[in-house]
Amino acid sequence: MKAIGVETVHMTMQFGAFTALEDCSIKVSPGSFHALLGENGAGKSTLVKCMMGFYHATSGEMLVDRREARITDPKVAHTLGLGMVYQHFTLVPSLTAAENLVISREDAPRIIDWCNEHKKLQAFMARMPFQVPLDQPVQALAAGEKQKLEILKQLYLGRRFLILDEPTSVLTPAEADEVLGHVRQLCEDGEISVLMITHKFREVTAFADAVSVLRRGKLVGGGRVSDLSHADMAGMMMGDAEISKPAPRSGAAGAKVLELSGVTARDRSGLRDIQIDRLAVRAGEIVGIAGISGNGQMELMEILTGQRPRRSGEIKVKGTPYDATRNEARAHNVRYLPEEPLFNACAPRMTVAENMDFRSFDTNDRQSRFWLSGRNMRNRASDLVGKFKVQTTSIDSPINALSGGNVQRAVLARELSGDVDLLIISNPCFGLDFSAVGEIRTRIMQARNAGAAVLIMSEDLDEIMELTDRVLVMSEGRITYDVPTAEADIAMIGHHMAGHA
Amino acid sequence: METDLGLWVIPLAIIGGAIRVSTPFLFVSLGEALTERSGRINLGLEGTLVFGAMSGYAAAYLTGSPWLGVFAAAISGAMFGLLHGLICSLPKVNDIAVGIAMMILGMGLAFYFGKPFVQPVAPNLPSIGFGWWSDVPQVRAALQVNVLFLIGAVLAVAMWWMFRSTRVGLIVRVVGDSTDAARAMGLRPALVRICATAVGGAFAGVGGAYLSLYYPGSWNEGISSGQGLMAVALVIFARWNPLACFGAALLFGGAGALGPTLQSVGVSEGYYLFFAAPYVLTLGVLIVTSSPTRAMTGAPGELSITK
Repeated sequence: MKAIGVETVHMTMQFGAFTALEDCSIKVSPGSFHALLGENGAGKSTLVKCMMGFYHATSGEMLVDRREARITDPKVAHTLGLGMVYQHFTLVPSLTAAENLVISREDAPRIIDWCNEHKKLQAFMARMPFQVPLDQPVQALAAGEKQKLEILKQLYLGRRFLILDEPTSVLTPAEADEVLGHVRQLCEDGEISVLMITHKFREVTAFADAVSVLRRGKLVGGGRVSDLSHADMAGMMMGDAEISKPAPRSGAAGAKVLELSGVTARDRSGLRDIQIDRLAVRAGEIVGIAGISGNGQMELMEILTGQRPRRSGEIKVKGTPYDATRNEARAHNVRYLPEEPLFNACAPRMTVAENMDFRSFDTNDRQSRFWLSGRNMRNRASDLVGKFKVQTTSIDSPINALSGGNVQRAVLARELSGDVDLLIISNPCFGLDFSAVGEIRTRIMQARNAGAAVLIMSEDLDEIMELTDRVLVMSEGRITYDVPTAEADIAMIGHHMAGHA
Repeated sequence: METDLGLWVIPLAIIGGAIRVSTPFLFVSLGEALTERSGRINLGLEGTLVFGAMSGYAAAYLTGSPWLGVFAAAISGAMFGLLHGLICSLPKVNDIAVGIAMMILGMGLAFYFGKPFVQPVAPNLPSIGFGWWSDVPQVRAALQVNVLFLIGAVLAVAMWWMFRSTRVGLIVRVVGDSTDAARAMGLRPALVRICATAVGGAFAGVGGAYLSLYYPGSWNEGISSGQGLMAVALVIFARWNPLACFGAALLFGGAGALGPTLQSVGVSEGYYLFFAAPYVLTLGVLIVTSSPTRAMTGAPGELSITK
């Protein structure tokens, strides 16, 4: 067996007076798939950074392959066969997969004989359970393929113990299942042992065989996954904190707010068309668009936000034509929460206060203003930061310094302030920990109950089933299925998502 | 004895112009391509070019060897590049602002130190006649190819190969595309960028030496007509690909010869409009190859005007 076991013994890490990790002993046996569960700030990252040598533990020891190891920096960890896949990709976007693999080697040759290297890479790939195209620039790969390549890179470099830091936060559920299935296979084959940081129970039960749970820097539980239920794990993770339940539904659907007819546009690749013949969303209802990633949902969102030119067709909001200009959006109270809000809904280097005021900085009640009022902007922003529990050191720090969940909260706070008649959302809960997920879904439901029309695009079918009143399925750029959620059958939806109409 | 070639003069002059005028464009754009591939913009290459022209001319005059002149120009260019690279490695320094300062500094220093060399005559760089097969003097004149042009062509191919198949080349691309990935790999991005900027500066210096030692072949304060700046634009035009830099430099040289040629064949009206041909051409190609819905391909990820 190539895989090695790793153990931490009474590991403690203090930053000044703050104890990030306290007396933590975790054992990952060779060939096992071990999950490390915990909320944000529970000490998961601190633990693995100590293991990889980025931090030096205040006290405690590490055993690698049953021998004591002093890991002073990441290079030492690498020579012992320890590797880590980070939450954000560390591949170089413009280099091809093959170039990325070869240059990451410590002993990359001075002059690269591509003929020879390609042969070796192909031989290496043939031994792997999954493949990635080697000759394309990494930026052309889908997120799932990039994550697979990150894992392949670690195997290529000869690592035998892998730490995965929330490997699925940038993946769609289908991609996540595929990648984790392969990782599990590699563990079963005895190629590697894995320690995976996550906060998704579903992934733990489906793929891991053992679990350790951290809360506020302490190991609070763990064991074999088969002995634990979701409720047990949630109990350990949250302690006595409350999990917010989805808000109850109330009120009935009203008049049509958003109508699309005969809308066509080019898709991202420029090869296919997006074609929406008919789509309507009424006041007081949530319409969900389900579909496998890359079937045109992203393009539809861009058409609705005005980021993508449409070739033909008409979009109407409350019966009047709508071109997504700022004035129209303001007049009809249209609000957006796009995916990757840091890039699609924020100016990353501007401050939190400025970003939170994008909707209102140039207005004075209903009139427009020329001179900005710094005090009003700051008051509004600090008010919203408090109400939506956005965690930031200050409202004057740049918004790209915030974590993903907090950017999401900040944008949601901005978009949901004031009257909302139409809310258009895409994948609102990607990569968020689950207390944040519950809170964001509650806010969306509240907007619906207050009479807003909500259109939500999501690749998470559970989310769609929980939130929506009506489900549409998008496949190959078209809407192929339309059913009230109460009558919906998951198998039937899955059938249409896969394109078998 | 001149042979009357009629309108054949025009394509001939364009080819001759392409070969003669393109060399400084070629060297500066190769240097800038290297620097930008590492994630920095050096706008100071115009200054480096002028200083290279002066120091090359001075060294050639003082030693009697044009090749020692080229060497001196390369060294002084590397010094300018090194200075730019070091300054830009300090925190919160903007490479474009530093570049503009370096451009003015380079020209100022060249004019200051170059005063005594305006009068003397330095030896010129040798050229090879590839027109031996023809009896027509214009063909022979057009095919006088300077050795530096040939070196530049070889350099373009070598750089293309370097970016593709050597560790150094891949490291430059990694650093230019993602500082984070480079750090995760244990590389030192600042060091790589300093080296790339210094070597890029040396190339620009050699381009300057060509101006003063071959064509036009003398040192004066008006020696550069903005080749250093145009070459920076050429790099974008060539999408950071050294082979495309070579093609773009030839195209620019050829287009630049259009105006004078039309004038010489007796077009008296509007020929001066053709002096703008290279710039109109650049604009045209950039517009045609751009797209409102697609991002520019090939641009190094770390290039930014807000660093």
